[in-house]
Amino acid sequence: MSSALDAPLPPGDDPWAVLRAATRARVALGRAGDALPTARELEFRAAHAAARDAVHQPLDPALVRAQLPGVELVEVHSAAPDRATYLQRPDLGRQLAEGTELPRGDADLAVVVADGLSPRAVHEHAAGLVTALLERLPGWTVAPLVLAHQARVALGDAVGEALGARAVVVLIGERPGLSSADSLGVYLTWGPRPGRVDSERNCVSNVRPPHGLSYPQAADTVAALLGAARELGASGVVLKDEGPALPAGAG
Amino acid sequence: MRRVGTVGGHTYEFPTLVELMAKATPLRSGDVLAGCAAESAAERVAAQTVLADLPLATFLDEQVVGYDEDDVTRLVLDTHDPVAFAPVASLTVGEFRDRLLAWAAAGDEAAISDLAPGLTPEMVAATSKLMRNADLVAVGRRTRVVTGLRSTLGLPGRLASRLQPNHPTDDPLGVTASIVDGLLQGCGDAVIGINPATDSPARTVALLQLVDEVIGRYGIPTQSCVLAHVTTTLRALEAGAPVDLVFQSVAGTQPANRGFGVTLDLLAEARAGALALGRGTVGSNVTYFETGQGSALSADAHRGIGGRPVDQQTLEARAYAVARHFDPLIVNTVVGFIGPEYLYDGKQVLRAGLEDHFCGKLLGLPMGVDVCYTNHAEVDEDDMDALMLLLGAAGCTFLIAVPGMDDVMLHYQSLAFSDVLTTRSVLGLRPAPEFEAWLARMDLLDDAGRVRELTADAPAARALLAAASA
Repeated sequence: MSSALDAPLPPGDDPWAVLRAATRARVALGRAGDALPTARELEFRAAHAAARDAVHQPLDPALVRAQLPGVELVEVHSAAPDRATYLQRPDLGRQLAEGTELPRGDADLAVVVADGLSPRAVHEHAAGLVTALLERLPGWTVAPLVLAHQARVALGDAVGEALGARAVVVLIGERPGLSSADSLGVYLTWGPRPGRVDSERNCVSNVRPPHGLSYPQAADTVAALLGAARELGASGVVLKDEGPALPAGAG
Repeated sequence: MRRVGTVGGHTYEFPTLVELMAKATPLRSGDVLAGCAAESAAERVAAQTVLADLPLATFLDEQVVGYDEDDVTRLVLDTHDPVAFAPVASLTVGEFRDRLLAWAAAGDEAAISDLAPGLTPEMVAATSKLMRNADLVAVGRRTRVVTGLRSTLGLPGRLASRLQPNHPTDDPLGVTASIVDGLLQGCGDAVIGINPATDSPARTVALLQLVDEVIGRYGIPTQSCVLAHVTTTLRALEAGAPVDLVFQSVAGTQPANRGFGVTLDLLAEARAGALALGRGTVGSNVTYFETGQGSALSADAHRGIGGRPVDQQTLEARAYAVARHFDPLIVNTVVGFIGPEYLYDGKQVLRAGLEDHFCGKLLGLPMGVDVCYTNHAEVDEDDMDALMLLLGAAGCTFLIAVPGMDDVMLHYQSLAFSDVLTTRSVLGLRPAPEFEAWLARMDLLDDAGRVRELTADAPAARALLAAASA
């Protein structure tokens, strides 16, 4: 670093550009007195508004159905009746609403598309990822696709058990950041049943083309994890240790 | 003795101290989630009424979390100082609140501040539950806790800041750019503190060397910290890295601390290692702790006597007992970080931030706050403004600031560097004295002592920008 510290100020019209070029952080914003200038303030608000809207936009089942023609799709609700309750009671978002009935079968895999903290991520990326994933699973029997409202990751355990599936994959909207309001996460759990803990799951996050993982990249990883989980009869930490290495950024 | 309170013609009974404390707590989502919150507004006031009449000394005889099963409780009771407690030993919780407010109004800082070794977290938490936000501010500003390493923190009329230059990949140039941006806006007097993207010893050592070089080159009277796990910092110490501060997140129960992978012995070992380096110039406080309401609940480590859920604010105060045992330079609550299932909206975050500051200070901690929020909480910039200004009025030791309110590594919103300037200018507060003198030497202050709005060709800007040019 000492050579960098000693470097002279580079020439140019905007010496602050040195700072801006070095990081995505919001540096060198300038000031209006002791506050942010109007333009910078409004940029921040726009990013926050996009994140807020991504959290509170309702999941649109008709949109998802239209994106997946020919796919049998069942809707379920968690025990959280509305968004405010969902945000305050993660325990309710992990349980199915009372009286929920799902067709019990003998499938290898259940796929749950869940609104999570970003319904927008589901609207933009779920269909693309489901399609890419199913293409990579010849020979797997797959239960009817489940679209879940006000859902947390662990709702997949209840859904997977009710459907009688040997594994469940949950595609869920991730908590929006200021620069990423539409990120989809994928959680794989072998032997789904309520009570499974996070260390028994594998996760691929940041599915968000073109900025994050592409559908083929994410689907390749999930399909490989599913294959390894079937061989091992387990998922989670054990699988991560013995199974294929996750690609960088797949978390 | 049965503990019953009557409000609005209804009589409510509180069978245990755990339930009494929880039901007396102002509403917050985390207590509802834990199943310990009051079931109505009237029950809450009934609990507060009962709590007000409880002798303060009750907390020495009756526990919220058991002595035998929890080392935080043992630490609190085994180190309790009866001499410091003597001036308030005969008071009830309600009388104690009144006495604190009277001392605060009279400006008797010594009477309040000298109590710390005689107070337990539960006493302080109970008192806060009877206080309004303005009470928390009034007493907080008269509770004096002064610490130092290479800058002196906590003096009257001062507000310091942690400059938080996080980067998603710990890129040295990216981190340096954010450091320069913060220094140019008068921030960094409490610490230049980086949350590393990965918890590796090599990365930690590299970041420590980077900040140490910036501090050394410009002679900045502040300290660095890489907020890695304490075991990683121990490895960095073994490697001979320039460790100013040992950092660790701590919580209010033994199982919650186990969840963080820490024990009291481990913290003592790391503190001794940093102390042995003798890197201080104005003091020798070498630890830094972060806390936050809800951390024990999120680790399912929030139960007390009889397996009953303890309210998150009482558990938070217990975390301060862990921190104070290690003579910290700084402590802060990360008040809005944990999410809406613990603090739902701006009202709850505001209240919690003021409670945490008050409880920490009263227990003798150099208390700061990360005024922050996530995108799924019902919180926005206006809520943050209210909290930062109230904390400034409350004599908060330091605030955390990041470039443009946006932490691009941890993905949450904190204060901007300019927010620290606003809080200082609105309330007439100044940076730490050694840091203020440095700002003046660097020609970063105008004649009125305000941090200048610089053009890039100003000498100070040129000098610091050079650090970010490669």
